[in-house]
Amino acid sequence: MSVAVEKLNRLGLSRDDYKGAHTTLCAGCGHNSITNHIIKALYDSGVEPHLLAKMSGIGCSSKAAAYFVEHSHGFNGAHGRMPSLATGAKLANRELVVFGVSGDGDTASIGLGQYCHMIRRNLDMTYIIEDNGVYGLTKGQFSATADLGSRPKRGPANRYDQIDVCALGIELGASFVARSFSGDGKQLVPLIQAGLAHRGTAVLDVISPCVTFNDHEGSTKSYAYVKDHDAPVNTPDYIAPLEEINVDYEPGTAQDVELHDGSHILLRKIGPDHDARDPIAAMRLLFEARHSGEILTGLLYVNPDKDDLCTREGLPSGPLAALGIEDLRPSREQWDALMAGLA
Amino acid sequence: MTGDVVNDFCIQAATINGSGSQSSNLVITKALFHMGIPVAAKNVFPSNIEGLPTWYDIRVTPEGYQARQRSVDILIALSPATWDQDAANVRPGGAVIHEATFPKFGSALRDDVSWYPVPFARLAREKLDAKPDLRKYLQNMIYVGVLAELIGLDPAAVERGVRDQFKTKPKAADVNLAAIQIGVDYTRENLVKSDPFRVAPMDGTRGRVLLDGNRAAALGSLMAGCTVLAWYPITPSSSLCEAFIADAERFRTDPATGEKRFAAIQAEDELAAIGIALGAGWAGARAMTATSGPGISLMAELTGLGYYAEIPAVVFDIQRVGPSTGLPTRTMQGDIGFVHTLSHGDTRHPVLIPGTVTEIYEDAQSAFDLADRLQTPVFVLSDLDLGMNLWMTPPLPYPENGIDRGKVLDAEGLKEVVDWARYRDVDGDGIPYRTLPGTPDPRAAYFTRGSGHDEHALYTESPDVYRANMDRLRRKIEGARTLLPAPLVEEAGNRVAILAYGTTHHAVVEARHQLAERGLEVDYLRIRALPLHPAIAAFIGRHDRVYVAEQNRDGQMEAILRQELPGELADRLRGIRHFNGVPIDAEAISEPVLAGERAEQESAAPHPVENGRVPVA
Repeated sequence: MSVAVEKLNRLGLSRDDYKGAHTTLCAGCGHNSITNHIIKALYDSGVEPHLLAKMSGIGCSSKAAAYFVEHSHGFNGAHGRMPSLATGAKLANRELVVFGVSGDGDTASIGLGQYCHMIRRNLDMTYIIEDNGVYGLTKGQFSATADLGSRPKRGPANRYDQIDVCALGIELGASFVARSFSGDGKQLVPLIQAGLAHRGTAVLDVISPCVTFNDHEGSTKSYAYVKDHDAPVNTPDYIAPLEEINVDYEPGTAQDVELHDGSHILLRKIGPDHDARDPIAAMRLLFEARHSGEILTGLLYVNPDKDDLCTREGLPSGPLAALGIEDLRPSREQWDALMAGLA
Repeated sequence: MTGDVVNDFCIQAATINGSGSQSSNLVITKALFHMGIPVAAKNVFPSNIEGLPTWYDIRVTPEGYQARQRSVDILIALSPATWDQDAANVRPGGAVIHEATFPKFGSALRDDVSWYPVPFARLAREKLDAKPDLRKYLQNMIYVGVLAELIGLDPAAVERGVRDQFKTKPKAADVNLAAIQIGVDYTRENLVKSDPFRVAPMDGTRGRVLLDGNRAAALGSLMAGCTVLAWYPITPSSSLCEAFIADAERFRTDPATGEKRFAAIQAEDELAAIGIALGAGWAGARAMTATSGPGISLMAELTGLGYYAEIPAVVFDIQRVGPSTGLPTRTMQGDIGFVHTLSHGDTRHPVLIPGTVTEIYEDAQSAFDLADRLQTPVFVLSDLDLGMNLWMTPPLPYPENGIDRGKVLDAEGLKEVVDWARYRDVDGDGIPYRTLPGTPDPRAAYFTRGSGHDEHALYTESPDVYRANMDRLRRKIEGARTLLPAPLVEEAGNRVAILAYGTTHHAVVEARHQLAERGLEVDYLRIRALPLHPAIAAFIGRHDRVYVAEQNRDGQMEAILRQELPGELADRLRGIRHFNGVPIDAEAISEPVLAGERAEQESAAPHPVENGRVPVA
């Protein structure tokens, strides 16, 4: 009789150590698949659970922050305000691995301002948008990422253009922008790993069909529609720091991007010949895909060299939260001189 | 002339915003201060960068009164648009220094004041050795010279004021001194003094410095160990944040590495500003934001999250005149009712209410301790008058104590605990123990949420659990009543008392003297914090009538008192409300108290005044 040996990651933790509470989302919800991909990515990357800060806003997607890595601090904040809470947490303790889970309403409607400014500051965090184009908890209203003409279960088609959070992110100077599909773990897991390794805001817009309110004929975010229109631009392989690159590829068929921590993301081109370091090319592809009705997936744009918020603020390498009062007060002599100068 | 009036009058400079008159006014204020004469300066300015009228009141008083004085004794009139009205406000027997070319009509024809026409524009043009763009600013220095000569400012004190004002630019100091001399010379050669106002050196400013409340709040936050500031620019709180940044840059930058032991983020709005502060508080940093009424409105949402999820943060509200945009550059105590229970649902927040520069410095420090101790957002309620005006104050003391980080369990602490639960009341004070993200112990983790939660921070909609948690939160904030600063009481067994808070204090001090001169001694209680301290009800119980003086229309503090006090005590309250945007003056209190007491004597009825309220003049 053989004993099954549990596989462990570099920290000696099992995949079960990265699981969280049981989901309360609908059976078949794309968000549950994403949760599994997040668990795999965190496990594969060997993220220390106690250093992980799981941040979310409000909505179905934001509930998912409770469904992975039980032994991590989490913060299910307020609708659309997760970026600011995450910003504060990271400033207080830059050693934290800040990992956000948001939705399309949370990001593109009520939280659009905070989303923009998080990107502008290049806050070092992984920011996943579980994007189904509808509000689930309030029973199926369209969100701002719903495509023009997409049909709801009942009532008239969507009359407004979508906000493309990826194109918007690139325009705002985002340093890592990817799009993927909840059903494509092969693509999504390495993208999450690369997002974790990236120093700066890593935006991952993950199309995640809502089985209850947006999975019918006429919807542009149904399982069937996304499978039909998924147009991968590249397939990523994530290679951890110091790990040997032993992936075979023909010259010119892949792009190798070294991330700030020494890891690599190897992008195997399977669609158009796209340079993921070129923001204008990424914008062009996104615009073209929008007109052709395709959903462009893969790592669309990356700039590993951009300084993140804590670097720009000149913060010490350790947490501000850990500084003692003696490090924070001027000396008595400095104080007396200051007061003398006021007279 | 019946005789000289020495060191007891009010100067008003009516000028054009953006013309550099602020420097001139500060030089006058500092010169008086350096002569040992107590001075109170009030800047009454417009929401404008350049071009609108602005007023600066400099009050000299031997008693050291810090409140605004209603009447003007010496007017410096350089604002053509308001010239007629400004001249009308001068007290009979007063003096007016004015631009000689201003038209003589209306109030300018008064014969009960002394007129000192000075051709400022011509003097600037002919005598100032400066480029035209600088001339505009220097022209205003000329009036410093005119005033100095007329009231007898000590030239050495004036020079010290100028050198102070242009500390980093000695060349600019020389140019400004030259401009002042032009005013002195012109006055000697052309004007004959016909007013009674003059100054004489005294010893009334020894051991004092001049400081604004916003800088004091920033210094208090610095000494409290605040490491994260998030803010959105808004008058009148911006200078608090800018002062914090400047002082932190100075004292918290590592000279070797350039690393900064603080982060100051100018957020995209106040929603994000308080979000950043709460996120940082959650992760264990001492964090703050500062704003004013419009920002407070936006912060209502996340303040509720901070209250319910129990996250420390400090919020400074430097109140200005509302509602809406209101009068952005004028002062009011208008947010007290809103702030105390800010956000939806049942909430209640500790509010510290400083009235002086020293108090806001100390309150800033206690606010961080209280926020950590109570694990909740704590508000410090200042106002434009305290925040942006210069006050005479003793130097701020170096803190003798460390700080209180409250009930935080680190990995070591967790080992002592058998079954830790984030929201469990272990000590009977309603305050649970918290852990910080990054604590290397799997048991430290919990899931913070603004939704219903049980002791273990797990989601629940259970009626019993919800209610028990809300009851605990109530107990926790109830406990703050005696943790917060106690009211300040001056009591001598009188039947009548005044109750006030914040900057209204300075008018009360003077009003009590005015009342005493009229034969009415009154006791005084000043509220220092919300929720109300138990000593307040006891004080009211010892008086027949308590006049509640505040700077808003609706008697917001009075309403809080009425809500909490038994009816028999609430019936003893009489409201005095001042709400025109300029700081309250002593007469605004002494007159209605006198009127109310007169009516009380004349009538047997318990409520002599309509609706139990004394109308404000």
